[in-house]
Amino acid sequence: MSVTLNTATGRQGSKVVGLGHYRPERVVSNDELAKTIDTNDEWIRTRVGIAERHFAAPDETVEQMGAKAGEQAIADAGLRPSDIDTVMVATCTLPAQIRQASTKVASLLGIVSPGSFDINAACAGFCYGLANANSLIRSGEAGTVLLVGAEKLTDWVDPTDRANAIIFADGAGAAVITGSDTAEVGPVVWGSEIEHTETIGTTVPERKIYQEGQTVFRWATTKIPQLALDAVAKSGVQLSDIDVLVPHQANLRIVDAIARRLRAEGAREDLRVADDIVTTGNTSSASVPIALDRMRKAGTARSGDLVLAVGFGAGLTYAGQVFRCP
Amino acid sequence: MSDNTEILPGLAEIVEEVAGVPAADVTGDKSFTDDLDIDSLSMVEIAVQAEDKFGVKIPDDELANLKTVQDAVDYIQRNK
Ligand SMILES: CC(C)(COP(=O)(O)OP(=O)(O)OC[C@H]1O[C@@H](n2cnc3c(N)ncnc32)[C@H](O)[C@@H]1OP(=O)(O)O)[C@@H](O)C(=O)NCCC(=O)NCCS
Repeated sequence: MSVTLNTATGRQGSKVVGLGHYRPERVVSNDELAKTIDTNDEWIRTRVGIAERHFAAPDETVEQMGAKAGEQAIADAGLRPSDIDTVMVATCTLPAQIRQASTKVASLLGIVSPGSFDINAACAGFCYGLANANSLIRSGEAGTVLLVGAEKLTDWVDPTDRANAIIFADGAGAAVITGSDTAEVGPVVWGSEIEHTETIGTTVPERKIYQEGQTVFRWATTKIPQLALDAVAKSGVQLSDIDVLVPHQANLRIVDAIARRLRAEGAREDLRVADDIVTTGNTSSASVPIALDRMRKAGTARSGDLVLAVGFGAGLTYAGQVFRCP
Repeated sequence: MSDNTEILPGLAEIVEEVAGVPAADVTGDKSFTDDLDIDSLSMVEIAVQAEDKFGVKIPDDELANLKTVQDAVDYIQRNK
C-alpha cells in the first residue's frame, strides 16, 4: 500500500525585515599593527584599503558577538525572540568542530528550541545563508529565520603573518527574514571553483589562515562582476535598478574593481557601494550584513532600496543575490 | 596584432587605463615597480587585460618574472 506524505505550505516570497551588527570594542589601527609586524599604514591603505579594524576580546566568542547582532536585528524587525523559529549562523571560525554556534546564539537570545544549524561557506556564508532562508520560507519549512554571520578571525590568523594579520578582523552581522506575498529576496546565483580548493585554507597542524593573495585577487576581480550581473539578471530587474552594492569586504581594490565593471555594464553612477572594510577590516561571513547595516545607519542605504550582495571566499565558493533593504 | 611594435602601444594603453601612468611613459626599459610605481595587484589587472587583448595566458607565477615593460612585451610575443 502506498502512502503519500504532506508537504509544507510555503509563501510566495520572503523579505528581510531587520538588520543588526556588532563590532568588538577594541579598535586596532594600522600603526598599532606596525609596532609588532613589518608593515606600515600607507601599504595597508593602498594595497587593501583598511585604516582600522576591530578585534574581539580574548574571552569574547563567535556566539556572543553573533547574539549581539541578532538581538539588534530582531528588535529592528519589531519582533521578539519567540517569533523566530529557525536560527542559522554562517561562520568558519569556531574554535571547535562539534559546537553549534546557532544553538548557542539561540540560547543567549532566549529563542526556545528553534531549528538551528551552522553554515560554513567561508566569506560567502551570509549570501548562502540568505538563499537558504529564502528557500526554507518559500517552501514552508521555516517561518521566520534569524540569520547571523559571525567571525573571530583573529583566532585563526598568525599575528606575525603580515599578509593576513593586516586584513582579517572580528565581528558579527545579522538579518531577520520572514514570509512575504511578494518576492523581496531574489534567487541566488552560486557556484564554486573546483580547481581552487587549496587557494585559501588553514595550515595543519598550526590552524592558521593562508591564501594565495594574487590568485584570489585575479579571480575575484574577474569572476565576481559576472556573478553580480548574473544575480541581477536572474532576479528580473535591470542593473540600473540596483541602488546599493554590497560585495564581501575582502579588499577595497576588489570592491572598486567590481563597482567599476558594473558601472561599465550599466549600473548607475550614483550606485552606493559598500566600503566598510576601511574601518571594519575583512570579517568574512559577517562583512555583508555589517556593511549594509552600517550603510543604513549612516543613511547611505535606505528602506526599500534594491541591494545587490555578492560573497566569495575560501572554497573557492561564491554566491550573490538581489534583495530589498528593510 | 602581430609583431613587437604593435604589442608595446597596446600594453601601454592598458597600463594607462589600469594604473593611470601616461602611455607615453611606458617604454621598454622601464621597470613596472621602480619606474612606473605599479604594484603587484595592478600588475594582476594589467595581466588580465593583456590576456584578453593579446590572447595569451599570463599565470601569476609568470607575472613575478615580468620586471620591465620589455619583459612583458617579449613574453606576450613568445606566447601568443
Ligand atoms: C593579500 C594581499 C593584500 C597581498 O598583496 P600582494 O600585493 O599580493 O602581496 P605580495 O605578497 O605579492 O607582496 C608584495 C610586496 O609587499 C610586501 N608586503 C606584503 N605584505 C605586506 C605588509 N603587510 N606590509 C608591507 N608590505 C607587505 C611584500 O613583501 C612584497 O614586497 P616585495 O615586492 O618588495 O617583495 C593581496 O594579494 C590581496 O588582498 N589579495 C586578495 C585576497 C582576498 O581578497 N582574499 C579574500 C579572502 S575572503
